[in-house]
Amino acid sequence: MSEGLKPLGRVGMAARAARDIPEGWYVNLGIGIPTLIADHVPAEREVVFHSENGILGVGPAPEAHKQNPWLVNASTQRISLRPGGSFVHHADSFAMVRGGHLDLCVLGGFQVAENGDLANWSQSAAEVGRQIGGAMDLAVGARQVWVTMEHTTKDGRPRILRQCSYPLTAPGCVTRVYTNLAVLDVVGGRGFVVTDIIPGLSFEELQARSEAVLHRA
Amino acid sequence: MIDKFVRSMAEAMNGIRDGSTVLMAGFGEVGSPHALLDGLIEQGATNLTVVINSTGRVRNPSQPAQGLPRLVELGRVRKVITSFVRNHSVVGDAVRDGVLEAEVVPQGTLAERIRAAGAGVPAFFTPTGAGTLVAEGKEVRDYDGRACILERALPGDVALVEAWMADRWGNLVFRDASRNFNPIMAMAGKLTIVQTHHVCDLGQLPANEIVTPGIFVDRVLHVAAGDPTLPR
Repeated sequence: MSEGLKPLGRVGMAARAARDIPEGWYVNLGIGIPTLIADHVPAEREVVFHSENGILGVGPAPEAHKQNPWLVNASTQRISLRPGGSFVHHADSFAMVRGGHLDLCVLGGFQVAENGDLANWSQSAAEVGRQIGGAMDLAVGARQVWVTMEHTTKDGRPRILRQCSYPLTAPGCVTRVYTNLAVLDVVGGRGFVVTDIIPGLSFEELQARSEAVLHRA
Repeated sequence: MIDKFVRSMAEAMNGIRDGSTVLMAGFGEVGSPHALLDGLIEQGATNLTVVINSTGRVRNPSQPAQGLPRLVELGRVRKVITSFVRNHSVVGDAVRDGVLEAEVVPQGTLAERIRAAGAGVPAFFTPTGAGTLVAEGKEVRDYDGRACILERALPGDVALVEAWMADRWGNLVFRDASRNFNPIMAMAGKLTIVQTHHVCDLGQLPANEIVTPGIFVDRVLHVAAGDPTLPR
């Protein structure tokens, strides 16, 4: 990588994705980096956040003296409810997800393939721990599926792939990826189209860090 | 006079048989019927199938297991049906050691299977899980150009539910995010047992605000359990 290049951190990736969420959207944020996105949507832009445990209208983390033990998000962190917020039971919460009512979900990822396949819940079918949670429902049900993740693994292996090697969350579901280096749209019949790169990184350098063939916007 | 209140935990747990499928509500400690889980541990039924959203945290040697992990430690659970099994948890270790079967399913499919059982729908097709490990062994059909898999309803012999307020008909109101799996598990249980924080006179709960009507409830026990704590 070039001298002085500054890949985005977790907060940077969240803030970059938050920029692109328009007013009026109903949005579910997954565990990890996606959860940070809510803090970066300006307060005057009305976006309604959904939490899979039956909450619509999730607000910011409350101050210590205002915590409500009966109000937690999908990561079991204490949250607040915005005016206009509501509670539903689990089947209705997932009817919002599976019935195509969410404009967007943003999920964490291990791997994304050029056909939009997502792997984000397990690194091997043989693993005992299986942490599916609501990811498969969200990946299939939301109108747009964005993924936030590091562009490569800690040891430099690509996550932007021709084909996922880990068990899938859902086939062909991802519409956009925000990495620490770039923003990539997944376009049917074409694959990854790069719409933004961090300053100082060339398209060729980004391609060298990706297994799938990248396309210019 | 209809009075679904029971006066003791022993009365609440009476008749739960070995081999039962037990639906356990709650999400992240909120809406979990902890007192009823303790009662079930005491009651002694074994060879259970437990349906629960998440099967517990990573083992913490300084914290003794409670609830489902405790039941599993005691060897009383044959199978769990859940959306979440962690490595290095009591349940994860039991699965690794081959003493416990785990069916791990997408959370929305879990909720819909429970709802379907309560509504008399024996099975349904859904695109969630199609083309993944979850689809293994399931019938696949194309609807509107989309692959869908067949999922069966998930009824319980017993449902363990936590409510905020209840009256003697078994009408229930829930507090904030504690609603989660409680209303649908109440619908899907053949024997639905509720622990409630508060007791109301009949007619005191506004009809417009009752979430679970008493038709879905069999027994109610008053347990002033206090606020849920954050997961340890």
